[in-house]
Amino acid sequence: MKFAIQINTSPYQSNAGHIAYQFIKAVLAQGHEVFRVFFYHDGIYHAFKYATPPDDELQFTAQWSELARQHQIDLVVCISAAQRRGLLCTDEGKRQGKADNDLAEGFRISGLGQLVEATLEADRFIVFG
Amino acid sequence: MKKYLFVLRKPAHSGAQVQEILDIVLTTAAFDQQVAILLLDDGVFHLKNGQQPGIAGMKDTAAIFKALEIYDVHDIYTEVESLQERGLKPGDLCLPVQEFYRKDIAGLMKRYDVVFAG
Repeated sequence: MKFAIQINTSPYQSNAGHIAYQFIKAVLAQGHEVFRVFFYHDGIYHAFKYATPPDDELQFTAQWSELARQHQIDLVVCISAAQRRGLLCTDEGKRQGKADNDLAEGFRISGLGQLVEATLEADRFIVFG
Repeated sequence: MKKYLFVLRKPAHSGAQVQEILDIVLTTAAFDQQVAILLLDDGVFHLKNGQQPGIAGMKDTAAIFKALEIYDVHDIYTEVESLQERGLKPGDLCLPVQEFYRKDIAGLMKRYDVVFAG
C-alpha cells in the first residue's frame, strides 16, 4: 500500500512527529511504500539543520535525514510555512536577499501542490499532530 | 479525482493554523478536486459575523471563507449541536451552511475519500 504522511507539530511541542517516524519505519518494514512526508505548520521545525539537542536526547532532525538517505523517502517542507518561521534554503535565502541555509540533509522545500499530489497518489493519507 | 472533506475544529484566530489550513483548501480546489468543509466544535466560530481580528493582529477568517466561492467550494457543513452549544444560529454566520446532527457526522465523513483533520 502507498502511504502519504503529513506532520504538523514541532519536535518539542508534541511527540506526534516522532510517532510518525516510528509509523513510517513500521510501514516500510512491512513492505509498504511511503510516497511522501509533508511537513506543515510547526512541523517544519523538524527540518532545521542547526537544531542542536543535548547528546543524551533523540536527534530528531538527524533521524529524518538518515531515514531519507536509507529509504529514498521524499521529505518535503512547505515553502510558505517555512518562510513564515524563518527556515530558508540557500536559493530561497538569496532570492529574499537574506543569507541563510537552514535546511537539513534529505529535506527539500516545495509548495502545497506537492501535498495535494501526495494525497491523490496515496492509498492512505495520514496526518500527525 | 478524489473527494476531500476538511474538518476544522479549532476556533478562528488560532495563530497561523487557520490561514494555513485554508491555503490547503484553496490549493486542493485549484487542483480541480471536489472539496467540502465541515466546521465542528469551536470551528463554527470561523464564519461568525462581525469579527474584528485586526485588533489582535489577525486576518479576518470570514473574509477568506467568502473567497471559497471563487474556487467552486460551495459545500460548507456544520453540526447542529456545535452551533447550539455556543449559542449560535445559522443567521449569525456569514455564509449559508448545511447543518447535520452529530449522529449523522460519521455517515457524512464516509462519503469522502480523504478526511483532512485541520
